[in-house]
Amino acid sequence: MREILYREALNESLRQNLEMDERVFVMGEDVGIFGGIFQITAGLMKDFGEERVMDTPISESAILGGGIGAAINGMRPVVEIMNMDFLFACMDQLANQAAKIRYMFGGQVTIPLVIRAPGGGGRGAAAHHSQILHGLFMHIPGLKIAIPSTPYDAKGLLNTAIQDDNPVLFLEDKMLYNTKGPVPEEYYTVPFGEAEIRREGRDLTIVATFRMVGKALSVAQELAKEGIEIEVIDPRTLCPLDRGAILESVKKTGKLITVDEGNKVNGFGAEIAAMVSEEAIEYLQAPICRVAAPMTPVPYGPTLEKFYIPDEEDIKEAVRKAMAYH
Amino acid sequence: MEVKKDFALYLMRKMLEIRFFEEKIVDQYARGTVPGLAHLYIGEEAVAVGACANLKEDDMITSTHRGHGHCIAKGADVNRMMAELFGKKDGYCKGKGGSMHIADMQIGMLGAMGIVGSGGPIAVGAALAAKKRKSGQVVICFFGDAATNTGAFHESANFASLYRLPVVFVCENNLYGISVSMKRHTRVKHIADRAAGYNMPGVTVDGNDVLKVYGAVGKAVEAARKGKGPTLVECMTYRFRGHFEGDPNLGERYRTKKEMEQWMAKCPIKRFKKTILDRKWASKKELEKMENDVRQEVEDAMAYANASPFPEGEETLEDVFA
Repeated sequence: MREILYREALNESLRQNLEMDERVFVMGEDVGIFGGIFQITAGLMKDFGEERVMDTPISESAILGGGIGAAINGMRPVVEIMNMDFLFACMDQLANQAAKIRYMFGGQVTIPLVIRAPGGGGRGAAAHHSQILHGLFMHIPGLKIAIPSTPYDAKGLLNTAIQDDNPVLFLEDKMLYNTKGPVPEEYYTVPFGEAEIRREGRDLTIVATFRMVGKALSVAQELAKEGIEIEVIDPRTLCPLDRGAILESVKKTGKLITVDEGNKVNGFGAEIAAMVSEEAIEYLQAPICRVAAPMTPVPYGPTLEKFYIPDEEDIKEAVRKAMAYH
Repeated sequence: MEVKKDFALYLMRKMLEIRFFEEKIVDQYARGTVPGLAHLYIGEEAVAVGACANLKEDDMITSTHRGHGHCIAKGADVNRMMAELFGKKDGYCKGKGGSMHIADMQIGMLGAMGIVGSGGPIAVGAALAAKKRKSGQVVICFFGDAATNTGAFHESANFASLYRLPVVFVCENNLYGISVSMKRHTRVKHIADRAAGYNMPGVTVDGNDVLKVYGAVGKAVEAARKGKGPTLVECMTYRFRGHFEGDPNLGERYRTKKEMEQWMAKCPIKRFKKTILDRKWASKKELEKMENDVRQEVEDAMAYANASPFPEGEETLEDVFA
């Protein structure tokens, strides 16, 4: 199969959706002439015109809230919030409006809105351009959340998101933009709520997100040489969450590690650990371990940022700790 | 503003519906039967009624925490509104929204919003869709004086003006953001002055004169429909009740009795009644009959709400996702 980059896969999805459905339009800061700060929308304004690919003022509330209003009135907007951190500038529209409107109006309205937001450290972009916030958004009822970790899923999940009649927070890992993988040229979808088992193993389960999936896989490969067989699960969407896949795996292996770039307290790993404790504690043979970022903002300099972002060594240490239990 | 008799009587009837609907809530609130919060619109009826009288059924509005007036003016069913206030199953939101979140998508009432200033971006987005779809719809965004201090208002006003969207920003200037008077919350003299910052027209009208509101908003709606972009219409008005039911002494902590009496003398319903009688559009007796009919309508709404069951507790789990 043809191999393309994660960012190219996203671009191809947007292009195909703009072609297929005249209700779809894209808006956000610098998504037009500039092609998006990470080039995800490159070339789209040229090919589809300013009506369908709109450069907006720097007004996150108007962009996101405008998307809500347009979705209510018959469109299927895809809005870009340039960095995940910037979602804090429009939290009211995201958490109070997009997430709550359908419910508080008794199900009268559908909001087919996709909110794309890139996040993650590793580029020396510091505290206002690096945080990854999927764990925080999982706490908010009413938002679907997609977290693709491969180019294939990037395209397939974005296609599903645009078809969905609910607000979808489509989160992208900036450090994955230039990773390559097989992606079909034709339109296809990846269903929400179905985790992917990236590697099967009998000894220990790792649930990882975004590029931590790749790091977990490389650790799994390395430790296989020592006879430790690790199962790596990529949830792909956080709402809905494929609880069954995680629970089944833990019941098989008896050991669980979560690997996530979000901050640790009340984060993604905390929810997975709590769920497994509630549903499958009798299967656990070792304490659950959460590999996550420390409780600091994302630092700037390379030594600091390297310390902040979980890496293979952190994962290995957690695996060894867990494997010490029989 | 010259209008026909039937239209004038329609405006009167709508204002009475709002007034009597809310007087019923005052009564019920005092009895302790309303399960939640209520922010009443009494005194401001001419704004919603005069503004919405310019709209077609598929035109849209966004509303505020003080939204009953907007709902009724846009044509919502008072039975389902009342049922919602009491948290009943047949309410507009199946008991999930209450007074602050009544919506009726069928008539383009995009919903009351409990966060001050938050309706702006949504109104602007609905107008953006109207422009893209060439639907000919106009959207009225209702908000208060204090909402113009929020970032969301500025973003929305700039966005709407930039793309010449078919929006009319209708500011209900009741002089207070909860307890803080306009003099204490902004340096601008008129909210309409802010329009200059977005290169859109801004006008201030007597918001207790239903015909003046109708005329000013009508001009703005016409401009919006023709693709000329948004207008900010500031309607000077006053709430006769407190910020919410339960605000001690109708807000006497921050408003003088004298000020309240002066504004109550300018009651929009009292004034329009006089106009109707002066122009001989209706007799005193005919107006009395109208009042009785509307009061009966409100009684019927109470009966409807009382007859409706509460939703089952488990229904909490429904309607999160489509």
